[in-house]
Amino acid sequence: MPNHILKAFDEDLARLDEKIARMGALALKTLKQSLKALRKRDPELAEKAIERDREIDRLRAEVEDGAVAIIARRQPMANDLRQVVTAFKTAGELERIGDLSKNIARRVITLAQEKPPKPLKKNLKRMGKLVIAQLMEVMDAYANRDAAKARAVWLRDEEVDEAYSSLFRELLTYMMEDPRTIGLCTHLLFGARNLERIGDHITNIAENIHYMATGERLDEHRPKGDDTSYILPGYDDILDDEEDEDDEEL
Amino acid sequence: MTDNGDKTVEAKRADAPVATQDESARQSSGTTNLPAEREGPKPKLDIRNLDFYYGKHQALKNINLKIPEKQVMAFIGPSGCGKSTLLRTFNRIYSLYPNQRAEGEIWMDGQNILGKDVDVNLLRARVGMVFQKPAPFPMSVFDNVAFGIRLYERLPKADMEERVEQALRRAALWDEVKDMLHKSGAALSGGQQQRLCIARAIAVKPEVILLDEPTSALDPISTARIEELVMELSEDYTIVIVTHNMQQAARISDRTAFMYLGEIIEEGETDQIFTAPREEKTQAYITGRFG
Repeated sequence: MPNHILKAFDEDLARLDEKIARMGALALKTLKQSLKALRKRDPELAEKAIERDREIDRLRAEVEDGAVAIIARRQPMANDLRQVVTAFKTAGELERIGDLSKNIARRVITLAQEKPPKPLKKNLKRMGKLVIAQLMEVMDAYANRDAAKARAVWLRDEEVDEAYSSLFRELLTYMMEDPRTIGLCTHLLFGARNLERIGDHITNIAENIHYMATGERLDEHRPKGDDTSYILPGYDDILDDEEDEDDEEL
Repeated sequence: MTDNGDKTVEAKRADAPVATQDESARQSSGTTNLPAEREGPKPKLDIRNLDFYYGKHQALKNINLKIPEKQVMAFIGPSGCGKSTLLRTFNRIYSLYPNQRAEGEIWMDGQNILGKDVDVNLLRARVGMVFQKPAPFPMSVFDNVAFGIRLYERLPKADMEERVEQALRRAALWDEVKDMLHKSGAALSGGQQQRLCIARAIAVKPEVILLDEPTSALDPISTARIEELVMELSEDYTIVIVTHNMQQAARISDRTAFMYLGEIIEEGETDQIFTAPREEKTQAYITGRFG
């Protein structure tokens, strides 16, 4: 794609890209630190993650202002327009990812004294790794306008959902076995839920990237791996049966 | 203009896809198996294999295009790409000049308007035109509008007055000029003069209105008035507009054709052309990356 005749327009768009890249990097760092803080029971590290969220918020405002100014002053069209709109929306998604990461970090401070069971720790780590990888990939796809990569990220969210489902079941089991763990497990459940939500925001970004790069929406059916809405302790068997029937109808 | 007017325009647009379905129903009962959704509403003008020459210079190359009835079609493209030339073939106004000739076919309601037997005066009554610079005749506001009607019809005074009023109302100019109908058309502002020219064009009850850069000499408010008028007029007329102002094409047209070096590079729904054009060249042009 050749440059604009009006050079300042190129600079405006480049600045938007740059800010999104910085937001992505900051969101990634916040997420990593929050998860590490959770693993290590490190309130200090958690504080750092919470602190960083402010910068993400500030960048979001800058991206939004920049996008609005471009629309007002340059009247972007076609791929330029899609880029500006995508930046605007992506800034919002990244800000939410920052918020959710911060929320995980907050729980670390509450949980500092508690010790989670070993296998749980392992599974949380695994899910965290998955989400971190997704975020890295999606920001890569953004920088390169890579629709195929964005689609791959979008499809892989199913794995995040599945990881969440199994964590959900596991936590439920611990709580039933030993009600003293309910406080801890509830916090961890919210942590896992936050990770799953982050995964959803990443898929939104992936959809935006696909639209930005191709002008077409990613609207095929996406497989969902989160069945936690159907889980209730003690009723698993009954509900499983009903689900099977539903599947047959489809 | 009025809220009502807006709604009718909206309603008409919402109807467009329905018309497409009717079309496809008609087609599927016929012999053709072409994908019907590509056809769109009924074309008012159907341009086939059109070439155009200024002497030896070929200005249009094998143009094939359907212009749907009662919609706004915009031609965009860099200077010299042939958009005005193409517009000028629709009422054969080029034939006023020596050495200009068109080859190919332009079908309007079952008649090839480039055919030898076509009465060009009648054609120009059916296909009206408004130019870049408002060009009121050096006569009163009333006579400017009555002039065109007198070319084609003899009307009693009362009927004539009614027709002129109708045309001025339709051109959203009546309220501003009703008390000065017998003052010179040249006394009006630029935007009013351009609406006067539009009134003159619609007074003869054309089917198609051609607009060649109708707002390039006007301020933004007058431009907005003309744009509103164009959208309103598209309820009753087929409108083809040439514009350098891409935002204008984006604002008011249903379909847009991008032309370059005498060819149509891409034609499609305006929404699609300005958000996700298929051709690299279109994208480069509308995003300001040309050359």
